[in-house]
Amino acid sequence: MGRLAARGVALSYLALLVGVPVGLVFYRAFEKGAGHLWESITTPEAQHAFWLTCVMVAIAVPLNTVFGVLCGLVLVRQRFRGRALLSAAIDLPFAVSPVVIGLALILVYGNRGWLGGWLTQHGIQVIFAPLGMVLATIFVSLPFVVREVVPVLRELGTDQEQAATTLGATPLQSFLRITLPAIRWGVAYGVVLTTARALGEFGAVSVVSGKLAGRTETLTLQVEERFQAFDVTGAYAAAVVLALMALVTLLAMNAIKPKEAS
Amino acid sequence: MSIRVEGVSKRYGAFVALDDVSLEVPAGSLTALLGPSGGGKSTLLRVVAGLEQPDAGRVLIGDADATATPARQRGVGFVFQHYAAFKHMTVRDNVGFGLKIRKRPKAEVRERVGELLALVQLDGFAERYPSQLSGGQRQRMALARALAVEPEVLLLDEPFGALDATVRKQLRAWLRRLHDEVEVTTVFVTHDQEEAMEVAEQIVVLNTGRVEQVGTPRDLYERPANEFVMSFIGPVDRLGEAWVRPHDVDIGIDPVGGGSEGMIDRVVHLGFEVRVELTLEHGRSLWVQTTREVAAELELAPGQIVWVRPQRTTSFNGSKGEGVTA
Repeated sequence: MGRLAARGVALSYLALLVGVPVGLVFYRAFEKGAGHLWESITTPEAQHAFWLTCVMVAIAVPLNTVFGVLCGLVLVRQRFRGRALLSAAIDLPFAVSPVVIGLALILVYGNRGWLGGWLTQHGIQVIFAPLGMVLATIFVSLPFVVREVVPVLRELGTDQEQAATTLGATPLQSFLRITLPAIRWGVAYGVVLTTARALGEFGAVSVVSGKLAGRTETLTLQVEERFQAFDVTGAYAAAVVLALMALVTLLAMNAIKPKEAS
Repeated sequence: MSIRVEGVSKRYGAFVALDDVSLEVPAGSLTALLGPSGGGKSTLLRVVAGLEQPDAGRVLIGDADATATPARQRGVGFVFQHYAAFKHMTVRDNVGFGLKIRKRPKAEVRERVGELLALVQLDGFAERYPSQLSGGQRQRMALARALAVEPEVLLLDEPFGALDATVRKQLRAWLRRLHDEVEVTTVFVTHDQEEAMEVAEQIVVLNTGRVEQVGTPRDLYERPANEFVMSFIGPVDRLGEAWVRPHDVDIGIDPVGGGSEGMIDRVVHLGFEVRVELTLEHGRSLWVQTTREVAAELELAPGQIVWVRPQRTTSFNGSKGEGVTA
């Protein structure tokens, strides 16, 4: 009985807080028919928003993956002054509100910002341009790979790498053939979380984007813009595209899940 | 290839792991580094392998100074206590790793891996993953992996430490036989004196980062250089200032000259061996190792008064002095 009750509570909780709202989004998007939905997600602005969202993910995810693995290695394998500080700094994007992150980026890269003036003189526009949005996306999605990789690296230890070394492997060979395969599920999970975060980022990107439809509008921004403009179906349509992208990410993760027993 | 260690020191902060250690391991020999944990034996092995850099001193492999040679170029096979199996690779890929790194042709790798798996009695396990092997099998795989690259020297760091008693015994005998077959200079670390005595031709006793004694198992047992070696290798008890092996004590019912009287506290039957715990005059205690036959003949039992006389005792003049056996 107790087990059934626990399962019931867990399922109802999920259904109420996640299932119903997401289901409703899908329902509303299709309310006026698939044709209408298709039209609404294939307008030039919508296509651009889709494309721009993909660009954000395509830049932020690889960068944060490489940086995340590197950072994880440094945090786990090295002892130095300021290590705790580095660890805390990596968690900063978790702790700070995305809006604040956006404002901080304006402080640095805005026209009157610390670096912005110089950059503008050299023809590089960061704020109210895709570059700033990429920076914001990288910032907010930075901790995921590090946080997934650190515990796996810790558990892995250095025995296997040392064994590879005594067998003649160079540090690079040892990393590519031993370390990376050993931590690959941690990395994969981190990549999925990073992707999901990058897809869904709203606050920070919103602040630095200037929300110029067809130029600096990602899918999340488009959802809001359409909603504000009373284009409710259009907003739901964009939301459905976002949700499907997230779903594809999750399915990709499941497809590559470990097959051998660990 | 012989191994020579000259004046090697290694510190970790304030902890002195190795204190001016010098050592010679003859080519083709099977040597044990024996000592209590924290004695420096693993550190010494890792210094020889190049996995640790000594603060001072030199390591020579063959006649070449290898101190500055990176681990991967030392031609050293290393076996870790916890196997260090590459978990994401099959047994075949584990064993073939070193050969693949050396870019040997595929056919050659396959053939060599087959030979090695036969040598370590793992034929038929090639396509398994390490997680599907027992501890003993994993360690044999690790050994095959280390031997695959035909190392000049084979180093094993507590190779059987993580295995249960029965498997340990089997693998000891097996390592001994393997060494006769492969003839590679082999050094293994252990804290188990029985393991060292059983497997090694030469034992190096290490304690607090120093070499206490080097010798054959028999040397160490019969002519220990100091109190530490005497007490670390084989059973031992004190009789006043002298050290005595419990099996070197005669036990009898009748008074004997040069003997002392004692009362039996406890008789422990361990199969062939019987351990008798006594209290002597002045409340000193002693334990004596005897056989089942003797115990039965004398009808040894707690509370009984017996006479004991050591056949031989060993004394040391200070902790560094040479042992005098009487």
